[in-house]
Amino acid sequence: MNAPTYNFAYLDEQTKRMIRRAILKAIAIPGYQVPFASREMPMPYGWGTGGVQVTAAILGPEDVLKVIDQGSDDTTNAISIRKFFGKTAGVATTTSTTDATVIQTRHRIPEASLHAGQVLVYQVPIPEPLRFLEPRETETRRMHALAEYGLMHVKLYEDIARFGHIATAYAYPVKVNARYVMDPSPTPKFDNPKMDNCAALQLFGAGREKRIYAIPPYTTVVSLDFEDHPFTRYRFNAPCALCGADNSYLDEIVTDDKGGRMFVCSDTDFCEQRQAAGHHGTESAAPHKEKAHV
Amino acid sequence: MTAMIELANAEKTFTMHLQGGVELPVVRGVSFHADPGECVVLSGPSGAGKSSILKMIFGNYRCDSGRIDIRHHGKVIDLATAEPRQVLSIRRSTIGYVSQFLRAVPRVATIDVVAEPLIANGVPREEARERAGKLLRRLNIPERLWTLPPSTFSGGEQQRVNIARGFISDLPILLLDEPTASLDAANRAVVVELIAEKKTKGVAMVAIVHDDEIRHLIADRIVDVTSFAAAA
Amino acid sequence: MSELASLDNDQPLLVADGLAKNYGRLAACRDVSFALYPGEVLAIVGESGSGKSTLLQLLSAQLAPSAGRVSYRMRDGVLRDLAELGEAERRFLFRTDWGFVHQDPAQGLRMGVSAGANVGERLMAVGWNHYGRIRDTASTWLERVEIDVGRIDDAPKTYSGGMRQRLQIARNLVTEPRLVFMDEPTGGLDVSVQARLLDLMRNLVSELGLAAIVVTHDLAVARLLSHRVMVMKGGRVIETGLTDQVLDDPREPYTQLLVSSILPP
Repeated sequence: MNAPTYNFAYLDEQTKRMIRRAILKAIAIPGYQVPFASREMPMPYGWGTGGVQVTAAILGPEDVLKVIDQGSDDTTNAISIRKFFGKTAGVATTTSTTDATVIQTRHRIPEASLHAGQVLVYQVPIPEPLRFLEPRETETRRMHALAEYGLMHVKLYEDIARFGHIATAYAYPVKVNARYVMDPSPTPKFDNPKMDNCAALQLFGAGREKRIYAIPPYTTVVSLDFEDHPFTRYRFNAPCALCGADNSYLDEIVTDDKGGRMFVCSDTDFCEQRQAAGHHGTESAAPHKEKAHV
Repeated sequence: MTAMIELANAEKTFTMHLQGGVELPVVRGVSFHADPGECVVLSGPSGAGKSSILKMIFGNYRCDSGRIDIRHHGKVIDLATAEPRQVLSIRRSTIGYVSQFLRAVPRVATIDVVAEPLIANGVPREEARERAGKLLRRLNIPERLWTLPPSTFSGGEQQRVNIARGFISDLPILLLDEPTASLDAANRAVVVELIAEKKTKGVAMVAIVHDDEIRHLIADRIVDVTSFAAAA
Repeated sequence: MSELASLDNDQPLLVADGLAKNYGRLAACRDVSFALYPGEVLAIVGESGSGKSTLLQLLSAQLAPSAGRVSYRMRDGVLRDLAELGEAERRFLFRTDWGFVHQDPAQGLRMGVSAGANVGERLMAVGWNHYGRIRDTASTWLERVEIDVGRIDDAPKTYSGGMRQRLQIARNLVTEPRLVFMDEPTGGLDVSVQARLLDLMRNLVSELGLAAIVVTHDLAVARLLSHRVMVMKGGRVIETGLTDQVLDDPREPYTQLLVSSILPP
């Protein structure tokens, strides 16, 4: 049902124009957090209100939308948002990374490399990378303005001092276009290199914090580190149990209360495509069955 | 001038604002000089202003009028009108002052208290300490005390530390305010020796000494301060 | 030695010229002029409300003067009006060539971040990017301020008051500033802790040839640390001179009152 009572993609046109202006500014100043008049959305904060507003503002009738939550197309949040736009905009939806023109994501970047013309929309809970060390917004804004980023390294220093290595595993700070330090939202740092020189446009929306920022296509994105503690990706040292991939980001799934677990691709589309192409892991993709107790 | 110190009509008055602005004249018309290698002893009864004159020469008390010319790095500077920076420079490289009491910094070891003036003038720490040790030994401060701060010492020991600190550097002017006051005969003799050595090095000294015997041993000239007394 | 060389330097490091600050009709600070030279320690003394803290804020460019100006000789030797510096330049100065020691260490430290990172922050801010070197430098500085290097990974919130203050000093000195502002650096500490801190500051100041402007109401602190002193009352400098001269031979009624109010040791 296309509810005639709703405007296309839920938001009114004035709001979309306001958001688009913020997006354009964000694209013009890569990594800079642009304030915008975030609206109340028919979902609670923390469920992607920022991402949904950005998606609503850029969506056109011809777009094909994909929504993932932690890499998965079939979690509640992903399905709800996909249905939401299916209903309010009537756009086509897909689970295929390659077929989508707009991908809204929470906490992951798809494994398949993105291509020109695609837009990746991130849901962002806390956009300010300096926030946990500097609580004053006036001060963090000034620090960005003057590119005073010593504090960011303080955080990494603390990691090494405490754990012997940079233990930050997600929301790992990056420097965009050699200027602004940016929080890539809580994606695992495994995904950080995918942001660098990416063919797709990357947009970030934080609804509660009322900020939008962006990485235009083919922009340099560098993960912060120390000379003697360089940035490293991290993934569990195992192949996917379903598709056998040894280069994808894995989720750990606990299978029983005796320490049994398996590792599977976090990106469900990637995993299914591989299985369809004949790749197999040590487990079948069939629904997991209780093993008989001995 | 060849004199190291030359005072001309120096005058000092205290105004006690807390006592209703009472004017307390201390000295007036102070005029004398001290040449290199000479020890001038100020004499006169207590309260005549001997210590005040010494403090004026050190720049500790301000001089209300007159001149206090000091030869500093070959130039004559009038302390009565000198900038604070000049006074500091004069104190660092021209005038040393041995007061009656040690105003030591808490926690600093005796050996470092003594070596400090040398270090401040660029002598390497080790060498400064070695020279400090020699002087302390001469003044009969036992070596086991050297690493302790002098604030824990007896009055006589503190005075000797103070003397060592005053005599260690090679400043061309020394002001001595009762350097032998609380010392025993043996240590008094050491101080007399030290003063004689300074004379041979051409140091000009102005001293206050109450002990007649010591005064005769060290004085090249005696200036009677009574004539400068300004008290009504 | 550095102190010797710098004290004989004839070019002032900081020059205040007719500084004034008004809050409405209240003149918190009026017509203050002086020059501070490299390696020189100046104490500003006076009671609460005398304008000394306002003056410190004016001098350190944290407050804009109502009249007058402050000039500072930058590392390239050029004397610049602080009001004409851009914010970025001013903040850079604050992180590198200046230090500011607050009375309350919580204002000058990141209380939840380790001591090592507190000291290292300024280095990282000027582009140090080698963890090992940052940590080594931080350790050296902890030693210099007499903090057990074993505590390098502890946050200052676990430190005693005296340790916090010493850590604050290390954090400020790590970039080898030429000028340090101190606002009642020993306020709120026990007497014995004060003595240790004063001794430490005195040594560091002379070893590094630092210039310092110390605001204090404690004349003993002024005597121990400073070469020169300015006495403030009602926003004005009423007496200035060599520290021992002003304290031993005070001229102004108010200075005499201050000096006579010291308890005998």
